[in-house]
Amino acid sequence: MASLIDLANPTRFMRLAALLLPWLAGVAALCLAVGFYLAWFVAPADYQQGETIRIMFVHVPAAWLALMFYSMMALSALGTLVWRHPLADVAQKAAAPIGAAFSLICLLTGAFWGKPMWGTYWVWDARLTSVLVLFLIYLGIMALWRTLDEPSRAGRAVAILTLVGFVNVPIIKFSVDWWNTLHQPASVLRMGGPTIHPSMLWPLLILAIGFTCLGLALHLGAMRAEIMRRRVRTLTILEAERLDRLAAVQGASA
Amino acid sequence: MSASLVDSLGPHGGFILASYAAVIIVLGGLAFAILLDHRAQQRALAALEQRGAGRRSERKSP
Repeated sequence: MASLIDLANPTRFMRLAALLLPWLAGVAALCLAVGFYLAWFVAPADYQQGETIRIMFVHVPAAWLALMFYSMMALSALGTLVWRHPLADVAQKAAAPIGAAFSLICLLTGAFWGKPMWGTYWVWDARLTSVLVLFLIYLGIMALWRTLDEPSRAGRAVAILTLVGFVNVPIIKFSVDWWNTLHQPASVLRMGGPTIHPSMLWPLLILAIGFTCLGLALHLGAMRAEIMRRRVRTLTILEAERLDRLAAVQGASA
Repeated sequence: MSASLVDSLGPHGGFILASYAAVIIVLGGLAFAILLDHRAQQRALAALEQRGAGRRSERKSP
């Protein structure tokens, strides 16, 4: 098993990522296929929510992954600021759009569930608002990456913003306990075990594994693209310097 | 999308299908964007290396 120090070598990381990617994509496809089959054709309609329970099978994994990718980014931020791991800011930059996508899915599917169940697409309760803040933080991080040209400088600035924004993660998780929210309390990740019937819990967990593998595959793909972008940047600078030197030599000999 | 599928989802079928459409559009768009970016960087890198920009012998300072 490759250690984190071994993975500091981008070439080695690229090789390992190329090996892992097809397996992650394959497991994702298998889990999503089985999970969606169970979610649509085996899981019964809920006695209160009716068929809208089908929305939960994509809404809940999206919410978990929005938080998981932000937590990964916070770890990467520590990797950038404390350990100065060369791939930490690459991992962080690649994770931001993926976390933003899962936050957006969480917000959209929540709104589509809320309209028939609550009678409204949106309420400013603590859970919904804190997830919206998470989405906005993701957008802010993506914007900050584009603001600074030098990747290492941008990486440090983004790392600080990411760590400051991490305060929102426990707020999202415990918002339903700390405040009186319209959003229901946790029903899977809770003390005392899940309150969901196994016929609905299993499809949910299988889909969560499938979406996690899909998210990780996308993350590896985005990291590979980012490593290549940095190599392109370095080579472009080297080529420009070489052409400058050549022009100077030709100018001197003329 | 057949009308029978929407009907089988009950009175809120439109909301359910809209949710799944959102998942497909957002994740499909993201995967497509990452794939395009990956290919663009691969092409740029190949072009630079073909021009010899990656050779160590060319990085010597004057």
